[in-house]
Amino acid sequence: MKQTRIVITGVGLTAPNGNSLAEFRQNLLNGVSGITTVDVRFMGRHPAGMCTFDPLKYQKKKDVRIGTRAGGISIYCAREALADAGVNLETRDRSRVGIYLGITEHGNVETENEVYNISQFNYDVKFWTHHHNPRTVANNSAGEVSLNLGITGPAYTIGAACAAGNMGLIHAAQMLRLGEIDFALGGGVSESPQTFGIFAGFKSQNALAAHADPTKASRPFDKARNGIVISEGGCIYTLERLEDAQARGAKIYGEIAGYHVNSDATDYVLPNPERQAECVRKAIAHAGMTIEDVDLVNTHATSTPQGDIQECLAIAEVFKGRSTPPHINNTKSFIGHTMGAAGALELAGNLPSFDDLVVHPTINVDDLDPQCDIPGLIINKSLKADRIDVILNNSFGMLGINSTLIIKRFAA
Amino acid sequence: MTKDDCKKLVIDIISDIAPDEDLTAIKPEIKLRDQLQLDSMDFLDIVMELRKRHGIEVPEADYSHLASLESCAEYLTPKFATKA
Repeated sequence: MKQTRIVITGVGLTAPNGNSLAEFRQNLLNGVSGITTVDVRFMGRHPAGMCTFDPLKYQKKKDVRIGTRAGGISIYCAREALADAGVNLETRDRSRVGIYLGITEHGNVETENEVYNISQFNYDVKFWTHHHNPRTVANNSAGEVSLNLGITGPAYTIGAACAAGNMGLIHAAQMLRLGEIDFALGGGVSESPQTFGIFAGFKSQNALAAHADPTKASRPFDKARNGIVISEGGCIYTLERLEDAQARGAKIYGEIAGYHVNSDATDYVLPNPERQAECVRKAIAHAGMTIEDVDLVNTHATSTPQGDIQECLAIAEVFKGRSTPPHINNTKSFIGHTMGAAGALELAGNLPSFDDLVVHPTINVDDLDPQCDIPGLIINKSLKADRIDVILNNSFGMLGINSTLIIKRFAA
Repeated sequence: MTKDDCKKLVIDIISDIAPDEDLTAIKPEIKLRDQLQLDSMDFLDIVMELRKRHGIEVPEADYSHLASLESCAEYLTPKFATKA
């Protein structure tokens, strides 16, 4: 059956090293990390990636006060994406617009803050805020976008751990194909560094990054890597059916070529390279492609000792039959792990490769781990490629959820 | 504490609850909701801040006393006096 073609027509993002696609891309090509250190409640200073966008660009002070950080990031990204796409929702049927945002988790920030707040009042719950429930419902970030933009179509989040960013785009494409909506805002967001629990959890798991220089803390594939740098961020795309985009003369960044989502069903936290490889293979098949068609693979690798090796095993296995390997890079080395935003943000970092044919590297590899030394890995320095027509974007998450999204250069 | 002192404390709270509003020309006799963009959640915030900052409880049955700056002062000044 011939699939309805879905294209990306706008990008709005905030990353620890950039508040627009142009700034983000420039820093990826120039090897500029966005990692700094932050004070984490009860834990002191730790490396983290924080965003520097101005929340008051699109929100009133009162809305910032009442809303969440995830909501604020989402509103910024959604508004930037619409501006980039040249779409004015005032002139559209906003009941036919869908908002689908991937999240790793939500609610921890507000719950921790309120527990801390009532601790200042001898744990008397009459000091617990009435804002807690609207701030912690799982659909908060998508709901805040709908409120800000007056969008009355479906607005919800997709909980898929760190595979969620890809899921936002995939779900948006599916809903467009089903005809449920006519225009989509899809992507992922994260406010994770605002909660100490995620830092403490990874530390207890021996998976929290540490380095004297925070810009070197996230170093996938380096032999001395020691864990994840927790970051916030967001990336939201506007997606449309091709005929709708063409009818309005939209700029087209790329086309959704294929995707796959599966589950390991083996462990709460440990990845499963066999299922990851299966996810990648099935995404390539879904796109109607072969392994020879993939030009660039963006890895999920989070800088954990075991996880990076597992993904390298999976990728090497999938592409072993190729005469020349695809280019392989990693964006977390610049921005840390932006959790629910990761898949969407990392894809954005590579999308301009369709235009400039440059592949940004993975940085901070001072001593390549031999177990991660897979063919095609672009290390520390950008590479000018002969051809970038297909980008394959991996995002994997806890409880064994895997997502692979393939974007191809648009050709009419 | 005078009623004017009480009004200042209430305005301090409102300036945090509704930071986009211009509170310089607020009319004491007019309902706050008629001159500011305040909703029911904002009034709950005012009640919470009175509790947190000043240890003053406003039972739900008395929320109507918070309608205007003047009625706030009328209702709250004796409560502040009790606290002092």
